[in-house]
Amino acid sequence: MVERNKTFQIVANGVMILLCAFCILPLWLLVASSITGERELIVNGYSFIPSSIDFSAYKYILVDSVQLLRGYGLSAVVTVIGTFANLTMTTLFAYPLMRKDLPGRKLISFFLFFTMLFNGGLVPSYIMWTQVFHVKNTLWALIVPNLLMGAFNVIMMRTYLTSNIPGEVIDAARIDGAGEFKILLRVVLPMSKSILSTLALLVGLGYWNDWLNGLYYINKDTLYSTQVLLNKMLLDTQFLMSSASQGLNIDASQLPSTGIKMAIAVMGILPILIVYPFLQKYLVKGITIGAVKG
Amino acid sequence: MKKSRLKRYLPLYLMLTPGIIYLIINNYMPMGGIIVAFKNYNYQKGIFGSAWNGLKNFIFLFKTNDAWIITRNTLCYNLVFILLGTVGAIAVAVLLGELKTKRGKKAYQTVILLPFLVSIVVVSYIVYGFLSTEFGNVNHTLEQMGKDSVSWYSSPKYWPFILVIVNLWKNIGYNTVLYYATLIGIDTSYYEAAVVDGATRWQRIRYITLPSLLPTVSILTLMSISKIFYSDFGLFYQVPLNSGPLLDVTNTIDTYVYRGLMVTSNVGMSAAAGLYQSVVGFVLVLLANWIVGRHDKDSTLF
Repeated sequence: MVERNKTFQIVANGVMILLCAFCILPLWLLVASSITGERELIVNGYSFIPSSIDFSAYKYILVDSVQLLRGYGLSAVVTVIGTFANLTMTTLFAYPLMRKDLPGRKLISFFLFFTMLFNGGLVPSYIMWTQVFHVKNTLWALIVPNLLMGAFNVIMMRTYLTSNIPGEVIDAARIDGAGEFKILLRVVLPMSKSILSTLALLVGLGYWNDWLNGLYYINKDTLYSTQVLLNKMLLDTQFLMSSASQGLNIDASQLPSTGIKMAIAVMGILPILIVYPFLQKYLVKGITIGAVKG
Repeated sequence: MKKSRLKRYLPLYLMLTPGIIYLIINNYMPMGGIIVAFKNYNYQKGIFGSAWNGLKNFIFLFKTNDAWIITRNTLCYNLVFILLGTVGAIAVAVLLGELKTKRGKKAYQTVILLPFLVSIVVVSYIVYGFLSTEFGNVNHTLEQMGKDSVSWYSSPKYWPFILVIVNLWKNIGYNTVLYYATLIGIDTSYYEAAVVDGATRWQRIRYITLPSLLPTVSILTLMSISKIFYSDFGLFYQVPLNSGPLLDVTNTIDTYVYRGLMVTSNVGMSAAAGLYQSVVGFVLVLLANWIVGRHDKDSTLF
């Protein structure tokens, strides 16, 4: 029995290790290709084992190309502003909804929830954002449409507040003469660090990885975020040449474009890979509470 | 009395105001805008100024072969994704649960969640790294084995498999974490009693673990079924690199709507396809919720 159990554990761990390899090797192909010399890439193709180590693709991105560096900065700014704005709006919406005594609470909850059941779709949204609000080719386009506040996150936060902050605590603060904004800032927020971290991770990931708003509303290359640049570079080879050589006095055909592609993709996931180990527990928490009914 | 009540709740309503305005703009105004599907849309005249043309957009849409292809693709891919995703994730979650090593469990979860964090655009670079005709890893391996290289981005027959593998790769970790969370919530005394009774590992899984997962499986499956008319736009547009020869197996409702709006400027038909998606999607959500409610009142979405 003990012997069989040992065998089972070895086999089970073996299976899990294979699965992990399946998950991680494709990412490794990206990394390995990005540090392979251009000539080797052209001869051997993208390969898991670099036949020579060469960081020149990264040098182009980080030192020589204005466009790529600007895209990177833009992604960072959009992610920070967007996440902060989203968390503010989500908190401001979730707190009143946890107050059972609020007149009209049911109606407002339904107003929020209905947006998860039905939506107008891309065509009316696109026409509205471009013809009524004129967000085309503005920074607003990367932050506001669809990403600023979502019913799902509000419900997640409200559920958390309802089950973690006793009504008595809020009543007590009110009797002490605190106004609602003060209660939110001094009482509720300090007790919501865990849910705020979880939401910040999910929302931040959403902003950093977003490319749809850029695809729909941006066609000016100074406003391309990293993900949008990546999108353009793969679908339009001319674009890679023209943008990577922008401001450079070299022949575009001399660029290590095969390797640059992969290096930018690696840069696109690098910030996530850096913060992920520290925030992993919040991600797991976010996935699991998100699935439970709000 | 009334006045003091208003004064008391006014700050709360003030807090709600930005969110309500945002929902009106971002969600409710486009819902009103769906009438564009019944109009002959003209950018100069706007949605309300354009002339009505009744059901013409819909008639044109459903007369084309496209309507059938995009519906078939959206539905079939989703069904396969749901089936393989669920079975795979349950298998991995059960396996994780049987492992003894605590550190191993955590490390495995961390690694299999990684693909979930990668944006679909970066995923398209990974797929390109494997399948690029000139530089792709797969073609170079084929050549080394003395076989002919394949022009992947113009061979539709491979793509149903490629898309299924990519989807599985991206989502297996997420789904596993969901099931694993339910699994570790199972009362351990059941297992202890089973061990005392001499149950084998397989019997414990078969009679305790799997039945305990069933409610989660049914809720998550119904939630996916209610979204079966929607597809991951990036997976079907960006990953196949918007390649024309692949359209037959990669065109879904979402990619069709996008191309109609942005590429071929066929706003009317694009809006009709969008409305078709919204309405059928809405009916499916209500239906899924009603089915869950018949079995278990606590598990409904609303």
